[in-house]
Amino acid sequence: MRTFGWPEFLFILEAARWTIALSLIAFAGGAIGGLAIALARTSDSRMLQTLSSGFVQIFQGTPLLLQLFLIFFGAPVLGFDINPWLAAGIALILNTSAFLGEIWRGTIQAVPVGQWEAAEALGLHYVARMRDVILPQAFKIALPPTVGYMVQVIKGTSLAAIIGFAEVTRAGQIINNATFQPLLVFGVVAAIYFALCWPLSLLAARMERRRAAALAR
Amino acid sequence: MKYQFQFGDVFAAWPLLLQGTWTTIQLSLSAMLLGLVVAIACAWGKTSGPVFVRWIINAYIEVIRNTPFLVQLFFFFFALPSLGLRWTAHTAALTAMVVNLGAYATEIIRAGIESIPRGQIEAGLALSLKGYEVFRFVILKPALKAIYPALTSQFILLMLSSAVVSAISADDLTSVAANLQSQTFRSFEIYIVVAAIYLVLAIAFSALFRAVYRWTLNYPDRR
Repeated sequence: MRTFGWPEFLFILEAARWTIALSLIAFAGGAIGGLAIALARTSDSRMLQTLSSGFVQIFQGTPLLLQLFLIFFGAPVLGFDINPWLAAGIALILNTSAFLGEIWRGTIQAVPVGQWEAAEALGLHYVARMRDVILPQAFKIALPPTVGYMVQVIKGTSLAAIIGFAEVTRAGQIINNATFQPLLVFGVVAAIYFALCWPLSLLAARMERRRAAALAR
Repeated sequence: MKYQFQFGDVFAAWPLLLQGTWTTIQLSLSAMLLGLVVAIACAWGKTSGPVFVRWIINAYIEVIRNTPFLVQLFFFFFALPSLGLRWTAHTAALTAMVVNLGAYATEIIRAGIESIPRGQIEAGLALSLKGYEVFRFVILKPALKAIYPALTSQFILLMLSSAVVSAISADDLTSVAANLQSQTFRSFEIYIVVAAIYLVLAIAFSALFRAVYRWTLNYPDRR
């Protein structure tokens, strides 16, 4: 039987790059999807509102794990080839889109209504109004919760371990099965996640405090 | 598309699915109640305890909020038994859920407690209420009312993330689904049905929380 040593530690640590890669993919895709959802939710079109709120309801109302399973097991049924990479990426992008979309809808609606009216009074059409007036202001409000949500995205990637994607948690399981030293192995796994997430949490809290201080002035 | 959807096997297994749904409801409700108790205790410690207690509670919150639930679950299920603790998958799952929820809910309740104006607490003391009475009636109840929506959406997130406990086979709804999947190979149909059950549960829980609000916290605010 192997014991937990330097090579085992490196095996888990190296798997962290897949956790990071998957998080970045989920966040980048989720940011695009989330912007679309937020714009649809705040649009004037009844149909876009219904569709986007249905999307959000479904992805916020079902477990991420089930979304992952549905894509992983469902894609072959619909005739697509799929691997754990693709399934995890798609599931996380869709899930992140729903959550970021809801966060950003809130921040778009938090822009004072006078700004909307002023933009309209200046004769700005939708694209200019959003791009030059509303979204820059919403962006400032959205930054702290968005950074905070990145922590959720990183933690969410751990579920990809269940469908066999070899990121940190899966690497931990593999090493644990070989060494039977769960306390050490999962301690290391938890420490790696903590090292990834904690700086982001601190940054989000700091930005939140700064914003609160700026508003209080 | 050539695929023929066959829901027959899924619906034939409805007693199992019902059993799993009930386990998920039980797990979630117990974790919500116990987690709330943990969170109230920690929020109290964090707002009015001695410095080292605050430090310990802060460490607990930061560790839990910055590591994935799945890893916490593995820790409770695999690592703690290696120290000699004997428990079932079900107890390990419940413990992990309580510990996880406790950390998130502490921060939510702390925010509620800090939103109570100082004058209100002083008014309570001036009425010669005892320390715990002030906490119970003057601080805690209005605090819970103030953060009720955030707290209950955290509860629903917990119910949804309880699907993860299937990774240690804790006989919840998702575990039942995984077992059915390996017997019938109707994975897509099973997971669609189970996802729909979770959606219904999420909607039902949020209706339940609205009802609880009306029964317990629906008194007029003086602002």
